[in-house]
Amino acid sequence: MSLPKINSYTIAGLLFGLSLLPLRAVPATGTIFPKLAQSQLEGTLPETENRVLLVDFWASWCAPCKASFPALDQLQADYGPRGVVIVGVSVDEKASAYTAFLKQHAPKFTTVRDQAHKLVSAVKVPAMPTSFVIGRDGRIRAVFAGYHGEQTEKAVRTALEQALAERSAP
Amino acid sequence: MKPSHLLRLILIFSAALASLLNSGCATQHVQPWERATLADYTMRPDRDPLMGGMTEHIWFSREASSGGRGVGGSGCGCN
Repeated sequence: MSLPKINSYTIAGLLFGLSLLPLRAVPATGTIFPKLAQSQLEGTLPETENRVLLVDFWASWCAPCKASFPALDQLQADYGPRGVVIVGVSVDEKASAYTAFLKQHAPKFTTVRDQAHKLVSAVKVPAMPTSFVIGRDGRIRAVFAGYHGEQTEKAVRTALEQALAERSAP
Repeated sequence: MKPSHLLRLILIFSAALASLLNSGCATQHVQPWERATLADYTMRPDRDPLMGGMTEHIWFSREASSGGRGVGGSGCGCN
């Protein structure tokens, strides 16, 4: 039995394709966001089943993240009663920096720490901070890289309204 | 060696080289969530005014020009 002949162009294409694997981009809208409960996060997670989620990746060393906290607090006040769950995922490597930041800023939304960087690596955030609006079906509805004040807040509100307007998952 | 064989060899070699170079860049890239150390105060080039003044003096003596140092050196690379 002879082995099938492989075209050299196929080999070249495969090699080049494999080399591009590490450069994969942020998950596109419509793809499933990894389950928070299975991401080995440090902290207590709220009930997220069949809920619209806003997951924000932040760090204590990131100035724009700090600037975004009042806006996230306001979003929690406005959308929390409407069923939206806001989860701030810290990527701080030092637990002491994380707890000191929380003590100083006392956010009104749930915060957890991705100490193993498992979740943040899986979603490949393009900048700090990055927010994901996730629909009731667990699929990404919108991604917001960076925090640009009112412009970002307005865009997040629009995405949350759209996600809330969608029908519940069957 | 036939020219077509040589072309194939060059193509495979180029692809292998591109794979190697791309992989190398990917592993050395600091991800946005790994920039805690870069964002540290000690990484700022302008944290010591005395050192800054001396550097500026040397620069002026050598180049007969000064200023143009308003570009940030480190930071978290946020936003």
